[in-house]
Amino acid sequence: MTAIIQVKNLTRYFNEIKAVDDLSFTVGSGQVYGFLGQNGAGKSTTIRMLLTLVKPSSGDIEIFGMDLFRHRKEILRQVGAIIERPDLYKFLTAWENLKIFAALSGVKVSNKKLMEQLSLVGLSERAHSKVKTYSQGMKQRLGIAVALVHDPQLIILDEPMNGLDPQGIADVRNLILHLRNDFGKTVFVSSHLLNEMELIADSMLIIDKGRKVVEGSKESLLNPERVQVELVTDDKETALELLRLTDWGEHIVQNKNGQVLLEINKSLIPELNRTLVAKGINVISLRPKHSLEDYFLSLTAH
Amino acid sequence: MLRLLQLEIYKIFKRPRTYISFAVITLIILLIQIGLKFGGKEYVGMIMSGMSGTFEIPPGDILNGYFICFFCLTMLLIHVPILVALIAGDMVSGEANMGTLRILVSKPVSRTRLLLVKFTASVFYTLLLLLWMALLSLIVSMLVFGTNSLFVPRELEANIISESDVLWRYFAAFGFAAVAMIMVAAMAFMFSVFADNSIGPIVGTVCVIIVFTILTQMQIPFYDETIKPYLFTTHMLGWKGFFYVKGIEGTTVDGSVENISSIVKSALILVGYAALFLLIAVWYFRKKNILT
Repeated sequence: MTAIIQVKNLTRYFNEIKAVDDLSFTVGSGQVYGFLGQNGAGKSTTIRMLLTLVKPSSGDIEIFGMDLFRHRKEILRQVGAIIERPDLYKFLTAWENLKIFAALSGVKVSNKKLMEQLSLVGLSERAHSKVKTYSQGMKQRLGIAVALVHDPQLIILDEPMNGLDPQGIADVRNLILHLRNDFGKTVFVSSHLLNEMELIADSMLIIDKGRKVVEGSKESLLNPERVQVELVTDDKETALELLRLTDWGEHIVQNKNGQVLLEINKSLIPELNRTLVAKGINVISLRPKHSLEDYFLSLTAH
Repeated sequence: MLRLLQLEIYKIFKRPRTYISFAVITLIILLIQIGLKFGGKEYVGMIMSGMSGTFEIPPGDILNGYFICFFCLTMLLIHVPILVALIAGDMVSGEANMGTLRILVSKPVSRTRLLLVKFTASVFYTLLLLLWMALLSLIVSMLVFGTNSLFVPRELEANIISESDVLWRYFAAFGFAAVAMIMVAAMAFMFSVFADNSIGPIVGTVCVIIVFTILTQMQIPFYDETIKPYLFTTHMLGWKGFFYVKGIEGTTVDGSVENISSIVKSALILVGYAALFLLIAVWYFRKKNILT
């Protein structure tokens, strides 16, 4: 798979504060790449550097195999983006906004194509309404249309689901999948909506305090077979003691806040239950925890 | 480049605030014209009573379209910078405030080009505003009040310029005023690059002009040689020089200008200021981190 984005040792200081710290990652062609982190983790700063809005203090960014700052124009011609909020010209119509941003992208887009873009995001009927009359969800969708209007190969979306209702979130999710599946676009998307990322991302990067915590394919990060199981019994101490005396002991990964967690294969859950019951421990629950949210929190909890 | 310029101009004229300036100028000029139509003779009499000597032109003929235009320019050109700053001071900071600057800068257009296009658009607006002013104050006044020799009041005397020698002076004066207003636009534009909201650059421009104007008008000999020659406000009213005519034995010489070198010097200083402001704007914008 060809690398579309290659970031090496990217660092950005704001005065004494390191917003991004020695960050390296690779985004492959045709992927939906989830970029995750808590608020203030450095996601937006990284995205701003990918779009040349902010200069890195050090490090390299290559997009489409070219150095971003040396081949800025060539690269940005093939990039569409929403950065944080989809702020557009509120005193202009959706149509006028699209036309302006298409021209700025160096592309002459026909009226038919403009209307197609608006249809794609469900705004064709309001094409000639001023943006100031739009709801937050409509603005968000128009922002996506602006990002797509010049048919870019790489689409960078910073929190595209912010402020959307459940239907709006589902629409954006389907749109991202449509872009990847039907047009082969590469989508780099940052979000804190972890369950949404779990549904759409092929690969993910989790950052915390500007540093990479983990990067990999969704499968490798969220191995569906290997799960963390939360064990709740009527006698936690005895249960822990018993487990530590057996092979199960090496699977205990966390014992904080009264929780007992074991990392095991899903298929071993019944056997674990049988072992505990056989030793006279009353098992109240054995709950598999394998969602991205659990994983994310286990990595970034401070 | 031309396409980008068209888009910038399109954006300027799609905003209602753009038309405030045109409305203000229209209102003021109309008020001047109405006032002088009905009470102009008294006004002219008032001016002449303060002067020594007699004039060949009868007071009734002084009140013509050329004189009305001169009156409008004297009244307006001091205040037009505020209207110019209203748009030029918003060109970059307004985009930052709306959140659209980050989209613009992430497009495949160099920052320098983006900035130059925006500045050119604000120059276009400034020129259009002056053209509108010229149309109302000169052409409309000529149609309503007719034409005759131009009576130009000075401190204790007056110049009377023959009718056939006036029109070119207005073209020159508006040309000079255009240079002065472009300089103001460049200053407001520069402030706009440094700010993330429009109020700061607009207020900043107006404040600088007020402070410089006060310094220019301050009658303190120490400042005459040290500061005043370098203040742009000293040179902004240089357009009046086109109406100060050489005189021989009490008559004015057609086609002459009393001190052309002073006008040229003032224009060059204004151009220098405009270039400096623009250079600072480009230099800063090229390295600016877009965080808004």
